[in-house]
Amino acid sequence: MVNVTIDGIKTSVPDGSTILQAAQEVGIRIPTLCAHPDQSVKANCRVCVCEVEGNRLLQAACSQPVFEGMVVKTKSPKVIEARQTILELILSNHPQDCLNCIRNGNCELQDLAKEYCIRENPFEMKTRGLPKDFSTPAIFRDPNKCVLCRRCVETCSIVQGVGALGLLNRGHNAMVVPSMGQNLADSPCVMCGQCIHACPVGAIGEVEYIDQLIAAIADPDTIVVTQMAPAVRVAVGEEVGMEIGEMPMDKLVAALRQIGFDYVLHTNFTADLTILEEGNELLKRLTTGGKLPMFTSCSPGWINFCETYYPDLLENLSTCKSPQQMFGSLVKTYWADKMNIEPKKIFSVSIMPCTAKKFEASRPEMNSSGYQDVDIVLTTRELGRLLRMSGINFDKIEPSSFDSWMGAYTGAAVIFGASGGVMEAALRTVYEVVMKEELKDVNFTVTRGIQGIKEAEVDLNGTVVKVAIANGLANARKLMDQVRAGESPYHFIEIMACPGGCIGGGGQPITKSNLKREQRIAGIYVEDEQCAIRKSHENPEVKIIYEEFLKEPLGHKSHELLHTHYHAKNKKLI
Amino acid sequence: MAEEIRIVLRNYGKIDPLKIDDYLAIGGYEALIKARSMDREELIEEVKKSKLRGRGGAGFNCGQKWAFAYGAQADQKYVVCNADEGEPGTYKDRIIMENDPHTLLEGMAICGYAIGANKGYIYCRGEYPQVTQILNTAIAQAKEKDVLRDFDIEVKSGAGAYVCGEETALIESIEGNRGEPRIRPPFPPVSGLWQKPTIVNNVETFANVPVIVDKGADYYASIGAPAYPGTKVVTLTGDVNNKTFFEVPTNTTIREVIFQFGGGIPGDRKFKAVQIGGNSGAFISADLLDTPIAFDAMTSIGSALGSGAIFVLDETRDIVDVITRVAKFFEDESCGKCAPCREGTARMYELMEKLNSGQGSANDIVLLNKLGRVMSYSCLCGLGQAAPTPVLTTIERFSADYNAKLM
Amino acid sequence: MSYKEILASYKDVPGGMIEAFHAIQGQYSYLPEETIIEAARVFNLPVAKAYEVATFYSMFSVNTRGKNVIRICESAPCHVAGAADVVAALERELGIKMGESTSDGKFALELTECVGQCQATPVITVNGKVYLDVTPAKIPDILAEYK
Repeated sequence: MVNVTIDGIKTSVPDGSTILQAAQEVGIRIPTLCAHPDQSVKANCRVCVCEVEGNRLLQAACSQPVFEGMVVKTKSPKVIEARQTILELILSNHPQDCLNCIRNGNCELQDLAKEYCIRENPFEMKTRGLPKDFSTPAIFRDPNKCVLCRRCVETCSIVQGVGALGLLNRGHNAMVVPSMGQNLADSPCVMCGQCIHACPVGAIGEVEYIDQLIAAIADPDTIVVTQMAPAVRVAVGEEVGMEIGEMPMDKLVAALRQIGFDYVLHTNFTADLTILEEGNELLKRLTTGGKLPMFTSCSPGWINFCETYYPDLLENLSTCKSPQQMFGSLVKTYWADKMNIEPKKIFSVSIMPCTAKKFEASRPEMNSSGYQDVDIVLTTRELGRLLRMSGINFDKIEPSSFDSWMGAYTGAAVIFGASGGVMEAALRTVYEVVMKEELKDVNFTVTRGIQGIKEAEVDLNGTVVKVAIANGLANARKLMDQVRAGESPYHFIEIMACPGGCIGGGGQPITKSNLKREQRIAGIYVEDEQCAIRKSHENPEVKIIYEEFLKEPLGHKSHELLHTHYHAKNKKLI
Repeated sequence: MAEEIRIVLRNYGKIDPLKIDDYLAIGGYEALIKARSMDREELIEEVKKSKLRGRGGAGFNCGQKWAFAYGAQADQKYVVCNADEGEPGTYKDRIIMENDPHTLLEGMAICGYAIGANKGYIYCRGEYPQVTQILNTAIAQAKEKDVLRDFDIEVKSGAGAYVCGEETALIESIEGNRGEPRIRPPFPPVSGLWQKPTIVNNVETFANVPVIVDKGADYYASIGAPAYPGTKVVTLTGDVNNKTFFEVPTNTTIREVIFQFGGGIPGDRKFKAVQIGGNSGAFISADLLDTPIAFDAMTSIGSALGSGAIFVLDETRDIVDVITRVAKFFEDESCGKCAPCREGTARMYELMEKLNSGQGSANDIVLLNKLGRVMSYSCLCGLGQAAPTPVLTTIERFSADYNAKLM
Repeated sequence: MSYKEILASYKDVPGGMIEAFHAIQGQYSYLPEETIIEAARVFNLPVAKAYEVATFYSMFSVNTRGKNVIRICESAPCHVAGAADVVAALERELGIKMGESTSDGKFALELTECVGQCQATPVITVNGKVYLDVTPAKIPDILAEYK
């Protein structure tokens, strides 16, 4: 332990603590901009500088370790002047269109400007004057707003192992750019959107489709149908001032009806369906000598990643479409038929925790219904905006329930929202299909949690099935390199592009720390526990769709509507 | 009357730099043999006792630094020579390397023995391709004669970045990355090149080492200023008659350097200012000319000896114009990693341009002062911290030049 | 040597990308896109990372430029010695501005900071070769060496 004095408060903190950590201990908050709780220390914004007795130079609180007898002043006039000047410098190069910014009200720089009373900036306003990059249907970049904190670069290269972002030039001309200064679409960006969470300002965001939704709702001839992913409910409350996981599902359904959706269905229905299709695909591969290990295919960021970096392993990917796209093709065929609605009148809206889903919906092959299967994809954040725009009062709203035929779901579908959930859901079903006996305890807790790579073994009548779960793409790389080298011991691998799984998706409420991801995961398993049915194959509406429409897993109709194929992306700038 | 003392340039003009036999014939590599006969701790103690301080600008006790790396436990350690001589008006390292490359190799090898490193790198600036060739020739000859034994030296070339003179940026560049400074601690003697304990010393520092080993610490400590003993190679530029280099004892005064060695100001013009230590040095007015160039004396007048560049301006020079040019240098050379330097150097140049073009107001000078003050203690590395020095010292000492150009 | 051969020869040099880029520029005068992509492959880095390095150092160019790169020092010692006049003379003689290349692809004009030859200012370098005490009058002769 080291004795230090911070703003006159004496305390003792562990050796190796930074000033920032030590100050936290005594309840002093030091402002930061480039600091990120789950990333390496960068110390490049210099906003957290403090005075250390005996040193003329101010020290960055985020990087400076404490030493015995250290005396720190975190808010002396010298420190305040330095922070204000640094903020003025950053702001003089940052567009001041906060009112139009996607991060208005949720911006670390805005907060600092407010906190430090930045009024008339003495430096002449000079922004980069560069065009915004709207080259992808999922993520946009506004290079003018970038404050060069480099958190997105670390997320993209280290957390996700993608490496689509890097620096260009040096000094005042330095910028963060996609590979070789090209636009995002030409870079190896997989559209996972983790950079959005990393960005303290509005330099990166999701491409919004709220206007298209409002136009569709306004058109009396259009039937607006929505699906919603399992990770949405657990997080969307954060957008309207609730605690994590607090939003009641029935009130959320009611809110969606108030917004103007004609029918409210759930992606969970096709999550259960995915388990039936994918589980059977795995069993088929295991018994007929198919390509193993099989990889899950529900995370579109992961699919993009595999198509970009591991095109030689595309055959290992399950051919199952993601639950979103299964839903999309069924809503304009099976459901339209059931409801006696002309498919061309259906405007299919997907609400997702994900930015890559926006891209997935736009893939040209995703039209097996004869139409674009999913018309638009909104993120959880866009849903939050819609809820706020609609002025919904969740204390007063009357609960409502999902519409029929594609609205029923089980706990197995709910856990798709967390890393390891697809694996657990698959094991619940595969076990019963193979063993032909009831699974006593449905909880495969070994698959749960935020660890990078999880593994498990299941004994199915003497056949030991080895499974692994990769949490985030940098971890996926480790498992993929093993497969590529022919050294993978696994039969089945779940990969979620985003750390924590979909609850940490690129479209979720801005998530600065992994702690939040863990809290959302907890919310997912609570919901699973509350479900009366927790195994996908017991979903009553899934049973009906097989009886009436699909006939059997991996059958003819399934192949037509629920399965897909993959393409090597052949990207040059990887 | 001050006189030149040649220690690091002791072989200048006396040997053919491309012939190792010349160097060996005058006792070259004998210091290395002597060093290797010494106990490592004894050797480091000797260097410490000589009070040799880094000639790259920071003035840290060389033996002390070596002791840190010696004490660090690691499977691999490195000796790195900083030959990224980027300070405008400085070319003393080039003179040493071009004329006596083996002195540098010998100094590095002694350091390698002292700290327990078997690998050395010379990071030579990209603007010196001819020096790289000379060094490579010297290394090949040293290998052929096996004078370095198991100590291997490799030359790495920079590619045009002043900031790589900062030791951690230099290390990044050797690793093949952008030359951006690292956060310290850890300091290189603990964790440097490829995360291994690393000594980074300047060319001139290493060139002193064989002499210290050969003649002893006491001899060396007796030369020049007691707290910063030895000599300093200075390079004179600007309005001075002898635009050349000299190696002078560290207790030589600025006046002696300019008027005695430098031969004074050309024509009948009067002295106006001198900037010492390169672009980030303070501008010194006539009243401070009797200050010795030694590290601590310079620090006491708010200046720094730095690289030993002596840039003289006569009475006809417009300080504001020169400072504008200096400010552009820092805008060009900021690495862009930390916000106050990235944005601050650009703003500083912008404000200087405004003043230089007669568009500036007294408020701009106030703003420059605030900006410079904040940069000087908020930036991540020495580049940003020192960049405002010329601006701040000239606003203070040459305010008439600024006032004359106000709108 | 092809750029692939050049890069391959640095593959096992730790931190060798910077030297590899020097070698490529020796042949192409700049770093063509495909050389950066190949460098990333050889050094097992994302292209974005190789590009970061290529655009950091002032001696590297990722844009095409004239074969003979003329760099004019504009640091303070050269500045007070009349570097601006040399700049003007070069621009006049070549008919291009600083940062541009001649249409025949022979010359590129660039400003640089100090090149460490301050004993005889102003200084220019052509492909690394140093010219001292340069005056506008000396420019035509210097250029003639490369025509």
